[in-house]
Parts: sequence; structure tokens; C-alpha cells
Amino acid sequence: MGVVGKGFAIVAADTSAVHSIMLHKNNEDKIMLLDSHKLVAASGEPGDRYFEFGGLIRVEYVQKNVSLYKFRNGIPLTTAAAANFTRGELATALRKLSFASVRPSVKTPMAFSVDFLVSVMFMIFSTLIIDQNPYSVNILMAGYDNESGASLYYIDYIATLHKVDKGAFGYGSYFSLSTMDTHYRSDMSVGEAIELVDKCILEIRSRLVVAPPNFVIKIVDKDGARDYAWRQSVQDVTTAAV
Amino acid sequence: MLAASAVYTTRCSLNKSPAWTETLKECSKLLALHHSRCGESRLHAVYKKYSKVENGGVLLWFHQPMKSENESKVSEKAREMARYDRAITVFSPDGHLFQVEYALEAVRKGNAAVGVRGTDTVVLAVEKKSTPKLQDSRSARKIVSLDNHVALACAGLKADARVLINKARIECQSHRLTLEDPVTVEYITRYIAGLQQKYTQSGGVRPFGLSTLIVGFDPYSRIPSLYQTDPSGTFSAWKANATGRNSNSIREFLEKNFKETSSQETVKLAIRALLEVVESGGKNIEVAVMTREESGLRQLEEAEIDTIVAEIEAEKAAAEAAKKGPQKDT
Repeated sequence: MGVVGKGFAIVAADTSAVHSIMLHKNNEDKIMLLDSHKLVAASGEPGDRYFEFGGLIRVEYVQKNVSLYKFRNGIPLTTAAAANFTRGELATALRKLSFASVRPSVKTPMAFSVDFLVSVMFMIFSTLIIDQNPYSVNILMAGYDNESGASLYYIDYIATLHKVDKGAFGYGSYFSLSTMDTHYRSDMSVGEAIELVDKCILEIRSRLVVAPPNFVIKIVDKDGARDYAWRQSVQDVTTAAV
Repeated sequence: MLAASAVYTTRCSLNKSPAWTETLKECSKLLALHHSRCGESRLHAVYKKYSKVENGGVLLWFHQPMKSENESKVSEKAREMARYDRAITVFSPDGHLFQVEYALEAVRKGNAAVGVRGTDTVVLAVEKKSTPKLQDSRSARKIVSLDNHVALACAGLKADARVLINKARIECQSHRLTLEDPVTVEYITRYIAGLQQKYTQSGGVRPFGLSTLIVGFDPYSRIPSLYQTDPSGTFSAWKANATGRNSNSIREFLEKNFKETSSQETVKLAIRALLEVVESGGKNIEVAVMTREESGLRQLEEAEIDTIVAEIEAEKAAAEAAKKGPQKDT
């Protein structure tokens, strides 16, 4: 979920890496730094865990193309441009077969093979899975531009793009969206926004039957994108880092 | 003997046949060599005089065919070249790829570029031809960064440079995507050199007319490197090198004066080397520095360059004075 405040945007995501009924790890960071002033939180709907991997690869591909733009043109992409680029990628993939072709901008042979492998696995274990799209990834992109301030973009797995002040994905969104509707005001301070996010996390933890135990919160403002806090109710027994 | 070979050379350049005796070839070659070099030597006045239109522009006109004849032996080669220099995909009988050599010529006409590797700094300095008043100088940057830790300067055809740099930048990001690691300087150099070589072995294309100087720090070891590539597709690592106009003189200077330096000393060395062939002044030189600690390429401001140039001039003056001082005593 994400929230835009006064000159900053906050994104929070759960940190469980789930595979069918098993939790691989609960400190998986799903919020990537797209560049110094952009954050991308990517998640898959429950039931498409295979594609979560595919989703993350796609986000890295977007990240490298954003960097390429910066080198070619000397200035970084705006958040709006990056969001539109991502949405364009998703839209193209929507109507392609799972053996995605190589794009002219950045070569992605690894993603290519993963998609194929995934679709093969998919055909074998297709009982639980809902959709076929290799890019079943939902994205919240938050960024700060000097001209237009902080912004948040909601990008669906079917390439819907909206600029929003608050957004959420996943089953938790059923609860957090209503909480946000009640408590959100425009131009909140960081403290108020964090309170709002905490309220949402509380809702999710108390009402969602498969509530993820841990969350990570990241913030992006004029000083850049960075970690803000972790909300952990269950620590990993092993001390392996993310 | 000299007179005879002079006549011989003239007859050859005028493509008159028979060009007299073949035995005069050797002497005439030397003559031609000196002729073409005199532009760079101290007999400037004489050269200029005979280049003027009043004197028939004789020297210049004489100069042109001489250049090519230096690489070949007079009339036979003239005929050969007509046959073997059209296509890149054809070797000449004595094993030359003329297109590649002509590409090297194009490089020699480009702006001078110098690269120096220090212990913790790498510097690129490029000669900047005076920008027209109305041109936005920022759009004509000669030193570019390929990634946060790799930068490139080139001499030769600027349009070819744009294409090559674009491909290199894509490759840098591709590498980061597929291998989750930034490129090493050697990898990207090898890639660029490979690209240049590909265009020397295809039909219907011409080689890239540029040599590049690539500097950077390897991602984890942070070892500084300087590499050079050329149109034939070869590359090698250097401690300090130059390409473009008068690169030979710059390289000689570097060979004489190179020593392991760090940070500001490296910058000074690079600028001193470039000043050998370029008029001094911040607006004629573009300098970019990359250090081990900071990431990214730092382009020096004109004012900074001017201060360093002033320091260098002061040092030079001091050295001159020191030389003259003891002489006076004796």
C-alpha cells in the first residue's frame, strides 16, 4: 500500500516470500529502488507465487531501462514517465505468449527462460493457479520529482495506470482501502502518514486470516528513496539477512 | 642524386610515366617522407610560403599524393589501392586492410584526447575546439560516462561515437540486469572493441572512424584502469595514452614524464600532456576526473581548469628560471 503526503510518499509492503502453503522467508524486501528518487513495490496476487519471481525480474528490467535513460540523456526519468514505461511493458506482455521476445532496449535472456520454465511448471501444477499471464504483478510506484513533488502510481497486472494519493493491492487492500478512506487527508506530515499506515497494518493483522507477520515501510522525498522502518511481529529464527 | 629523386618524385605524383628509374625509389621515398613531415617541423615558414596560392599551392598539392605514397611504394601501389581499398572485406596483397588504415587516418584528424591512470584517480582530458558563440557547449560533451564507474573519451568521427556509446551504455545495463553486477572496465572495452571489429569484417559497412579511451574502476576491487580501442578492433591497457591529433607528441611527452601519481597530480599530468599540443586556457580543454571513493564522473569547471593551467605555467616558469639561474653563475 502507499500514501502520498506533503512532499513525500510512503510505500509499505509485506515481507513474506510464500510458496504455495509454505513461508520461505519473512524478511523479503519487495520494494525496489528504481533510482535515487523512485520506489517500486511489486506484489503478486495470492495464488500466483510462481509469477512473483517473474514479476520481480520485470521490475529489475524496468530499473535498468530507467538507468539507461539517465545515462543517455543526462537527466533522470520523471516518476510519471517511469510509470508509463512500466505500464507499457505490462501492456505489451499482456497480449504476447509466455515466450516473450527480446526487447530492443535491454536484453533479458534470463527473464525469457524463466517465463518459459514458469509456464511449463504452470501447465503441470495448474490446480491452484488462477491466471496465465506471466506478468501477474501489481505495482505501486512512488517517486519524487523536483518539479511536481511526490507522486504515487497504481499499476495493475492488466496494465491499468492511475496516479493516486493512496492505493493498495492484495487481499489486505479490502481492509486498508477503507481505513485510508476514513483517515486520509491531503498534505499529511510524515508522522501522520505513518500513523495511517500503522492503522492499516493493524487492520490487516487483525482481520486477514492469512495475515503476513512482517512489513517494511519505505519513504521517498526530496532527499531520495530510503528505508523508513520495519514492523515485525515474527522474527526469523535464522539470522540470514535479506 | 637528390635532384634526380626530386624529379622522380614529381613525375610520380603527376602520374607521368615512365617515372624514370626504380632505383631512385628509396631516395624519393625519404624525400616524400620529409616533405609530409615538414608541416609539423620547424620549417613552418617555408611550408606556409609554398602552400600559399600565389606559389601555386604547389606544396600542398604535392603534399596530398605524398601522404598516401608514404604508406605504399609509388606508382604500383597507386594502382593497387584503387583495387583494394574500396571494400573493407578485401585484403591487399601485402596484408593491409586499407579501410581500417584510412579509419585510423580519420582518427588522426580528430581532436586530441589524453587519458592518465593514477593510483586512485583516472583522468580524461580532451581538446575542445573553440565553440561557436551561439552553440550550447553543454550539448557537445566529448567525455561521456557509460555507467557510474566507467567513462569514455574518443577521437575521430563524432557521429560514429554516438552510436558506439549508445550501444555500450545498453550493454552496461544489460550486464547489470543479467549478471546483477556492474561491468568491469575490461569487459566493456572488450565489448566496444568487438563491436568495432565486427564492422571490419562485414560487407557493405565501413569501420567506426574513432579510437576510444576508456577509464574506470572495477566494481568491487576498485582498481583503476585505462584502455584504448581503435578502428581495427584491438584494445590494450595503458598507464597513460593519447589519441587524435598529434597523439605521437603527447605520447612521447607522457613517456618522458610519467610517474605513478594520485588525485590532483594525475589531473595535472593529463593537462600538462594535453597542453603540449593545445593552446592553454580553460576554454580549449575539457577535463573529467573519476576517483576511487566517489562514484560518477566529475567534469571540471572552466575556472578549475584555468587555475590548474596557471599552476602548471608557474611550475614551468620556475623550472626555466632554475635552469637559467645556475648557467648565469658560470
